[in-house]
Amino acid sequence: MKMLINVAETVVADALRGMAVAHPELAVDVENRVVVRRDAPVAGKVALVSGGGSGHEPLHGGFVGPGMLSAACPGEVFTSPVPDQMVRAAAAVDSGAGVLFIVKNYTGDVLNFDMAAELAEDEGIQIAKVLVDDDVAVTDSLYTAGRRGTGATLFVEKIAGAAAEEGQSLERVEALARQVNENARSFGVALSACTTPAKGSPTFDLPAGELELGVGIHGEPGRERRAMMTSGEIADFAINAILDDMTPRNPVLLLVNGMGATPLLELYGFNAEVHRVLAQRGVAVARTLVGNYVTSLDMAGASVTLCQVDEELLRLWDAPVRTAGLRWGV
Amino acid sequence: MLDADFFRRWMTATASSVDREADRLTALDSPIGDADHGSNLRRGFTAVSAALEKEAPETPGAVLVLAGRQLISTVGGASGPLYGTLLRRTGKALGDAAEVDEEGFAEALRAGVDAVMQLGGAAPGDKTMIDALVPAVDALPDGFGAARAAAEQGAEATTPLQARKGRASYLGERSIGHQDPGATSAALLIAALADAGAEAGGE
Repeated sequence: MKMLINVAETVVADALRGMAVAHPELAVDVENRVVVRRDAPVAGKVALVSGGGSGHEPLHGGFVGPGMLSAACPGEVFTSPVPDQMVRAAAAVDSGAGVLFIVKNYTGDVLNFDMAAELAEDEGIQIAKVLVDDDVAVTDSLYTAGRRGTGATLFVEKIAGAAAEEGQSLERVEALARQVNENARSFGVALSACTTPAKGSPTFDLPAGELELGVGIHGEPGRERRAMMTSGEIADFAINAILDDMTPRNPVLLLVNGMGATPLLELYGFNAEVHRVLAQRGVAVARTLVGNYVTSLDMAGASVTLCQVDEELLRLWDAPVRTAGLRWGV
Repeated sequence: MLDADFFRRWMTATASSVDREADRLTALDSPIGDADHGSNLRRGFTAVSAALEKEAPETPGAVLVLAGRQLISTVGGASGPLYGTLLRRTGKALGDAAEVDEEGFAEALRAGVDAVMQLGGAAPGDKTMIDALVPAVDALPDGFGAARAAAEQGAEATTPLQARKGRASYLGERSIGHQDPGATSAALLIAALADAGAEAGGE
């Protein structure tokens, strides 16, 4: 497998060095692996900190900036960051108004953020946490790790980020983040496995002519494998899986997300099919975002996320945002 | 009696074994996880070795607490907090004694394993590191060699199980038929204990 890298061990640090020179509006601490908006801490503003394994770019460092995250901590590829990074990030962005940790539901992220919250609170920083778990492909029970956090992370970070930018309280920002998560559902498919730099070969075998249904964002295989389907059939399958789990009464935000190696030509075509199915099922789409936002290295495939919104959430979604990966209204 | 030197040897033996077996751990992690267990643990135990060389803690408890802290600060993922907690809590249970007997160590290790179960919410049979650690602790009264054998058997016995915790749990029934990488690395940790014990001149 050919990759545009030096050596696997420095992939994350090299990317952060490149990010720093591309985005002078960010303060990038390459050694400690923390990406902070340069004007932080912003007086009186609740700070948002997220993070997780690298390999999902632009998530999370690409979502740092006015209207979204205050800081992000990138871990090793597909590995959660360590508590030291999160505590450092929280200390860098806390203005005294408190910090919201946005955590995707993976055992590693949960454990490390829990440890970090304890340590940060010892330093006098007020911490609230929201867990993102939107993936309907995963069985959620007392006896599993529960649903994965995937595409809804972007909705949570954007909407809670807008609320924080307006000066809303930690309690209110946390409540909005929870509301977004509770109203969001995702489903993903892979047409190929991804290749982590450390391993150098695809994480699972996916023969030509087959696809994985219900994949996450870490190159872990999905729940089911089938013969390759058309874009329209995949849209039917994904939307049905989501609507088996939720019945939106309001319009939805729609994210048609590329996993990293699927071109926009295919994603837009897939988006047309997703809209067709949603119209057939009577679901109104308020806003659509198409692109590579929550990726899985070089995996081919896509995920769909729906988030039911009311007027307040829609207003916050439309609010200005200025980050490397998401930018409008400014 | 086991002194600080014994525990340093245990940690460095684990570091060499993880380094040697990293590719195998990563290969086990590919079909049911995300193919990084070996590289993550290698990063952590390399840091443990470096820290022990630099700081040279004087008691068994301090060696393990330092090692655990290093793992939490360098590994990430679930393995960092879980292995870090295992060593830290075992170390704390040992207190500041300059030497511990094998019985006292077995008790402390059980406290460490209990802390891991509490943190990760996993029980025996969930296809995790617990499936190697619990049998090892149970066998410890019969010596380090017995613990090693029990841990290895426990790790192998995870193959037919369906994962209920961690990333492999997302696969549901498709996790069946693969040995758990976490249980495998836990067996390496226990095997290194037996190696350190053998070096001390007896089991």
